[in-house]
Amino acid sequence: MTALSGTSNLTVTSKDVGLRLHDLSVTYRSPGRPLVRAVAGVSLAVAPGQVVGLVGESGCGKSTLGKAAVGLLKPAGGRVTFNGRAVDTLGLRPRPSDQRGLQMVFQDPYASLNPRRRIGEQISDAVVLAGGTRERGRETARELLERVGLAAEFVDRFPHEFSGGQRQRIAIARVLAAEPSCIVADEPIAALDASAQASVANLLLDLARERNVGLLFISHDLSIVRQIADTVAVMYLGTVVESGPTAQVWDDPRHPYSKALISAVPRADGSGELPVDLPGDVPDPAFPPTGCRFHPRCPIATDACEVDEPALVEFLPERRAACSVLAPALTKVG
Amino acid sequence: MNATRLFLGDRLGADRTPSPDDDAPRRKPRRAGKSPWRSPLAVTGLAIIGVFLIAAVFASLISPEDPLAQKWPKYQSPSGDHWFGTDQLGRDILSRVIHGTRISLPLALLLVVLAMVIGTVLGAVAGYFGGWIDMVVMRCADLVLAFPAIILAMAVVAALGPNLTNAVLAVVIVSWPTYARVVRGLVLTLRQSDFVQADRLLGASGWRVLAVDLRPNLAGPVAVLAALDLGNAVLLLSGLSFLGLGAQPPAAEWGAMVNAGSANFDAWWVAVFPGAAILLSVLAFNFLGDTLRDALDPRTARAIRK
Amino acid sequence: MTPKVTEMNENPASTPDTSTREKSTPGAEPVLAIRDLVVELPGPDGSPLRAIDGVDLTVGRGEIVGLAGESGSGKTMTALALLGLLPQGGTAAGQMLVEGDDVLKMTPRQVRDLRGNRVAMVFQDPMTSLHPMLSVGKQLTEHLRHHKKLDKRAANARAVELLATVRIPDPERALGRYPHQFSGGMRQRIAIAIALACDPALLLADEPTTALDVTVQAGILRLLDRLRRENGLSVLIITHDLGVMSALADRVSVMYAGRIVESGPRADVLREPRHPYTRGLLDALPHPDGGNAALVPIVGSPPKLGQAPSGCAFHPRCPHAVAGCAEERPNLLALTPTHAGACPIDPLAVTASKVGTP
Repeated sequence: MTALSGTSNLTVTSKDVGLRLHDLSVTYRSPGRPLVRAVAGVSLAVAPGQVVGLVGESGCGKSTLGKAAVGLLKPAGGRVTFNGRAVDTLGLRPRPSDQRGLQMVFQDPYASLNPRRRIGEQISDAVVLAGGTRERGRETARELLERVGLAAEFVDRFPHEFSGGQRQRIAIARVLAAEPSCIVADEPIAALDASAQASVANLLLDLARERNVGLLFISHDLSIVRQIADTVAVMYLGTVVESGPTAQVWDDPRHPYSKALISAVPRADGSGELPVDLPGDVPDPAFPPTGCRFHPRCPIATDACEVDEPALVEFLPERRAACSVLAPALTKVG
Repeated sequence: MNATRLFLGDRLGADRTPSPDDDAPRRKPRRAGKSPWRSPLAVTGLAIIGVFLIAAVFASLISPEDPLAQKWPKYQSPSGDHWFGTDQLGRDILSRVIHGTRISLPLALLLVVLAMVIGTVLGAVAGYFGGWIDMVVMRCADLVLAFPAIILAMAVVAALGPNLTNAVLAVVIVSWPTYARVVRGLVLTLRQSDFVQADRLLGASGWRVLAVDLRPNLAGPVAVLAALDLGNAVLLLSGLSFLGLGAQPPAAEWGAMVNAGSANFDAWWVAVFPGAAILLSVLAFNFLGDTLRDALDPRTARAIRK
Repeated sequence: MTPKVTEMNENPASTPDTSTREKSTPGAEPVLAIRDLVVELPGPDGSPLRAIDGVDLTVGRGEIVGLAGESGSGKTMTALALLGLLPQGGTAAGQMLVEGDDVLKMTPRQVRDLRGNRVAMVFQDPMTSLHPMLSVGKQLTEHLRHHKKLDKRAANARAVELLATVRIPDPERALGRYPHQFSGGMRQRIAIAIALACDPALLLADEPTTALDVTVQAGILRLLDRLRRENGLSVLIITHDLGVMSALADRVSVMYAGRIVESGPRADVLREPRHPYTRGLLDALPHPDGGNAALVPIVGSPPKLGQAPSGCAFHPRCPHAVAGCAEERPNLLALTPTHAGACPIDPLAVTASKVGTP
């Protein structure tokens, strides 16, 4: 997705606004194992106010991608830019202030808040670090707690006094204090109960709309992404296999993996229909299959798929898929 | 693979599904009667320390005699006049044991605080910044830990000259690496935690992360370590004095007194009473350390922190 | 790292026709019959708190029954009571009949025999029941030799057969491998194989697919369904995921604050939910085929253990609550011959009779 302009009024010069990944790859090296390319060449863009869903199963590299996007991991190749400027990988130096508009919400709300500090202090960190006074920070914390649906009086409490859903709201408030223009949310609702999932997802969506914040929503749950994302990218083993406007991808998936993923979601409709399973497992990322990484599990794979690595082809405006078998037919079907 | 996994049948009702979203935060009621500070061990420990503290503060008031006065017959066995008997120079042992609290307790406290501060700062810096700082600090720590503590302390005192100040210094030198190791390990885990990452993304510097984010998280374990180390410090200090490398005569120091008693086994009281004082204080500090650890255990810590 | 074993496909023609699904024949003894189960756990001050308050549940032979609810609703506690694994100080009263024998009247030794032999359990994380340091074969055959008194040879043969049943490819070789050499989905299959080793009458599956990816989850759901169809396995599946429920369960019971608020055939409960709580749960789900409608969370939060509101425990969160809801605790009423709900405001409730009363 090189030019995902979700909002139509974007001008050419505003193309650099927001978060952009260009052919990003991230590798892991662990002793005694070959180099693992967890992310193998992904391009993606998140414009302000746009909600981009990144979907994939465990081990597909989506969390790694999220961390590299905000600078928590060093890319092995490609570029990450935020508002046109390269995103620094966090080292020992404090993060430059012009990158503090790019923030992250983590999956586990039990780990992402400091258990020993009052939540008000943690929320006001961003204000204090940006040069504001403690009083200003505290005021901001109170306002933001109310914005995320909690009481302003909670500022002096500790994280353990809150449930998972509430903690995730607090973590969101802390991120909002930095006045971000882009938030990377890594499985922000995966650890929550069903009703809390809905309310936290709604909160993130509302914030994106109301504050014109770009949101990269990383999730394994296609059905929730489908509810909130404008565009979606489906990842498999480090690469994006399909992307496009969410409704189109959901209603008319082209890549065999997207199809499998969508038909594996069990529907709570009482029909008793068993979801369709996809044979095989996600291969070890240290030994990715040659050619198309999906070919060992693909129902339509040909011999050529073992050799040719398919490129992400734009077959319709804003719709892309990476499948050599379908490539010739894609545009015609559309 | 984690070898501590539970097996079928051992697993109890921990509901692993996430906790529900509530509107009112839960304030856990403090569990009445379950405070670790009320366990028999804790009470005993506190009582002993209390007695020693009172003895230290009011030593001149409560001790029956001058600890340095040599005006009684030598080697008198315990009696109504001298409850703990007299030593080889005819001094009242009870008074000397009481005055001994004024040496052992404050010095143990002082050196533990010194070792804690030095070890914590070095460990935290090594753990957070890594690289050559980590290398240097941890190799020094390994070097110290490679020797038995008392041997190294003896060597240090021998080099600096035998007196109480140098003994304290020696014990600090052998004690700090424990703190450095523990703190470094904690920092290594914590610096990868999501909440530190989140703070870094907001623009926090490494120093700020250490001072603001990690300090409260380190405080508990370090406090437990220090409390457990107090007993150790008393023991090491008395050990050095016992060997003649710490407190010098005529100071009333427990280790030195035990040493004096070891010269004459017939007069058992000379060594036994200061020895008992050492034993009791070490035990009491260990009880306190255990209690503190129980109290700061993440589960019960919630109740305590209020 | 040994390359991960890949999974084989479940029988593609396995989408079952609802009518052919085996139903417990009337008169036949159900595999599990829970009547008026009350579980109390010790509260912080030692006084008992009611975690489960009068639950009735039956699982017929070859039937899959789903127990749904949010965390803390008591669904896991029901399973633990059945296995005699309540947390320390917990007490259970009522009746829990496994093939007619009351678990609550058994000696601890009998309960231990029951566990593993007649009632087996599969957990969310298969590693809780798999020993990380023992090979899969060892774990399977130990079980068989201990419980079934098979000799080594017979146990090995049976182990291979079991692994084949749960569709582990190359079962002979799999016997020599260790749990960490398998993927999450395969581990769950192995855990199921171990659970099946003693031909249990009932399989308790507590969130068996929650930790798995959807494509893998689909495989496990198909496996359980096939085991039910081919081996007549009876399953009590506990999950918060109504999608899983819908795919697998014949009948569904929904729990809230330790009580069953609605139960009935899958299609009735999920298509025409009668209780506002069930409706709320369904509305909070993203609806795959329901357009782009916003998610509607249930307001408020479930009550804590021992703090259930008076009357209907759901009334503070219920959009339809009336004054009387806070006063009288509603009974589970038979709204239709098969569908029961515990909401007195339900129009059908006026003429309904209490479940269990003749």
